[in-house]
Amino acid sequence: MFGKLSLESIPYHEPIIMSVVVVIALGGILLFGLLTYYKKWMYLWSEWITSVDHKKLGIMYFIVALVMLIRGFSDAIMMRTQQAIAAGGAEGYLPPHHYDQIFTAHGVIMIFFVAMPMVIGLMNLVVPLQIGARDVAFPFLNNLSFWLFAAGVVLVNVSLFVGEFAKTGWLSYAPLSELQYSPGVGVDYWIWALQISGIGTTLTGINFFVTILKMRTKGMTLFRMPIFTWTSLCANVLIIASFPILTATIAMLTLDRYLGMHFFTNDFGGNMMMYVNLIWAWGHPEVYILILPAFGVFSEVIATFSRKRLFGYATLVWATVAITVLSFIVWLHHFFTMGSGANVNAFFGIMTMLIAIPTGVKIFNWLFTMFRGRLQFTSPVLWTLGFIITFTLGGMTGVMLAVPAANFVLHNSLFVIAHFHNVIIGGVVFGMMAGMTYWFPKAFGFTLDEKWGKRSFWCWFTGFYLAFMPLYVLSFFGAARRMQSYAETEWQPWFILAAIGALVILVGIACTIIQIVVSIRDREKNADITGDPWDARTPEWATSSPAPFYNFAHLPAVNSIDSFWEDKQKNGPNAQLSEPPYDDIHMPKNTVAGPVMGVISIALGFALVWHIWWLAGVSALGLFVTFMLRVFNDDIDYYVPAAEVERIENAHKQQLKELQA
Amino acid sequence: MSTHTASHHDAHTGEHEHHDAAGTKIFGFWVYLMSDLIIFGSLFATYAVLMEGTAGGPSAADIFELPFVLVETFLLLFSSFTYGIAVLEMNKNKVAQVKLWLGITFVLGAAFVGMEIYEFQHLIHEGFGPDRSAFLTAFFTLVGTHGLHVTFGLIWILVMLIQLSTKGLTDATRPRIMCLSLFWHFLDVVWICVFSFVYLMGVLV
Repeated sequence: MFGKLSLESIPYHEPIIMSVVVVIALGGILLFGLLTYYKKWMYLWSEWITSVDHKKLGIMYFIVALVMLIRGFSDAIMMRTQQAIAAGGAEGYLPPHHYDQIFTAHGVIMIFFVAMPMVIGLMNLVVPLQIGARDVAFPFLNNLSFWLFAAGVVLVNVSLFVGEFAKTGWLSYAPLSELQYSPGVGVDYWIWALQISGIGTTLTGINFFVTILKMRTKGMTLFRMPIFTWTSLCANVLIIASFPILTATIAMLTLDRYLGMHFFTNDFGGNMMMYVNLIWAWGHPEVYILILPAFGVFSEVIATFSRKRLFGYATLVWATVAITVLSFIVWLHHFFTMGSGANVNAFFGIMTMLIAIPTGVKIFNWLFTMFRGRLQFTSPVLWTLGFIITFTLGGMTGVMLAVPAANFVLHNSLFVIAHFHNVIIGGVVFGMMAGMTYWFPKAFGFTLDEKWGKRSFWCWFTGFYLAFMPLYVLSFFGAARRMQSYAETEWQPWFILAAIGALVILVGIACTIIQIVVSIRDREKNADITGDPWDARTPEWATSSPAPFYNFAHLPAVNSIDSFWEDKQKNGPNAQLSEPPYDDIHMPKNTVAGPVMGVISIALGFALVWHIWWLAGVSALGLFVTFMLRVFNDDIDYYVPAAEVERIENAHKQQLKELQA
Repeated sequence: MSTHTASHHDAHTGEHEHHDAAGTKIFGFWVYLMSDLIIFGSLFATYAVLMEGTAGGPSAADIFELPFVLVETFLLLFSSFTYGIAVLEMNKNKVAQVKLWLGITFVLGAAFVGMEIYEFQHLIHEGFGPDRSAFLTAFFTLVGTHGLHVTFGLIWILVMLIQLSTKGLTDATRPRIMCLSLFWHFLDVVWICVFSFVYLMGVLV
């Protein structure tokens, strides 16, 4: 009836896990109570859960990402404190089987459920506005993508208190992840959380690729697109080309574990190298899926706040395209030590080092944009400057790792950990924080508090160096990654320093939370009436803040890069205001099928993890029926009457008039 | 970016933005097919690597029966031809003819899937199931994934037959017939690769 699931599956005997469960349960009850008390369930359902509005989906992605950041960061703090204690025979407070789950969960959560939804959330919020579209190409699919992603989030969190999570490291290398060595349900949770959310990501990739290529406004040729849209386009190409490899690889591992097949087993002719090749053929493009949109954010931020056109627009675009192509021919550098031979290693080493060239081009693009600009030191600019310094450093340690001979020494050491945190925190996290601050007014209609934003930056910046420079040092002493404890007491001071660094980052995260709270409190004072608080250059600022659900009363026409900026220079700041007559606007209707399919996917994933076959069958049928109901429903769009558009636009103009009076 | 210039002259912006919804759908489906192709690419690559991993079990030459597979191949190829006729009939707005040819396509596709199930069942019965060796694992998965796609295509044909009966040829159903057409031909192309790369080369080696 319940497959492998029994009451013993709940880890009662783990006080740390149980207290987390209690906190989550209390939080959940509180949230449920508040929603009921304030009668917000219908609002939540009709305005958010069933919404196909790309801006709202973007906001939801970002909220989930911030919540999961706290979960993933708790894992980080636990690892850092464990390693600060467990020296010279001391065992610390985390037993190995728990510690292994924590480093696996930390990696999986931070990449799949923090960095990815932040990047996809920003793309959702910004790209349709930047290309002057009313929505994405396939609004229903966009909602479905979000709920498939959310299903993955739920499965990862359920693994915390029902059963266990994988103890294999974030990529579940075979044969360790095979049934023989990981008989528990941990790897199965990993499989289904990633498989379900990964399919959502592939759909997002297709959706935004088509949106950008097919739905640009009049006059917006490819080489007039804002840079963030360009980098998103390239990231989506990478999603379309790489996520299917992940889907196939996870499916093969699933067949090994569920049907006794032999793709990656030690015996019966299986080949574990194939797993590592396949997973990195996805995994390397994946890191560029994360970093390219961050590059886009920095480009927008630095041009806006330098009050200058981006230096070398075309070179930056071509550098992005070059990175997109190169990212598919470097995957082997993740396992030089596997013995592919000197020539193969040399090829992949050289290809890897080549990526430094287009990346270097971009660094100069940003530097020369600032050169002789009138740079304003706002918090997005601070994140950008911190990025340029930190990412360049991380890039250089990457080139060191790309030298196969050096890699044989550095492989599997803390050097690798220090390197990829150097580029992911310094690149993706800083980029997403800059992007959040920059586009927050477009989403909510008021700006974020600058004082707390800057405090957050300085904590993250110093915290990062305190936490990860010691890891570089330790790697030269020979410290390996993923150690629950270690014998050498002389390493301990460095681990303690790293733990202090993590605490400083914790203060940075707290500053961001305070920043959001303070900004909501002061929302009247910080209101963005004009819709263009930064005096920016790209089309998303040509509509009011928050953007109306139809985005633009009249779709903007574009005749150059920074067309909006030139228009403001020529016709004054009110040039973007819409004028009558207005037309009816064609919009998609909300969908019930998206969230329903998301919920059923949770049941399906849970049933497959625990081998509850009847529930898996019922869920699969439920997915099919729900999808069919959607397919047979023709009532999926409507027209916003011109009078309604006029009313909304006039309200905005009235506000603006009061401000200017 | 003069929004006013865009507004005054286009009387029907509402129509302007959605003028090519069908085209967008079909383009999106093309992109989906390309991503699906990468799934098949991963499976082909894995098959190439694991082909030799017979682990003392049968090799490709031992178990493949080319005449049988040739019949399967012709069933599928012919079903692509009949689907093509269905699309031609759609362009002439003949709903009954479209349904007839879709029905014939369905029968041919179902026969293909039936033969594949028979082949699999036969191999498993002989003791050569997917858990016997890495070669058989890769073989069953690659061919089975294609078969699963054809099965989804069959379900989709049934759905379209129902929609053609209830809705007829509309702006909603036409792009779906076109997308299914792409899907069906795509599976044909993949099958040609399976036939040459797995079956023909398997017997030659």
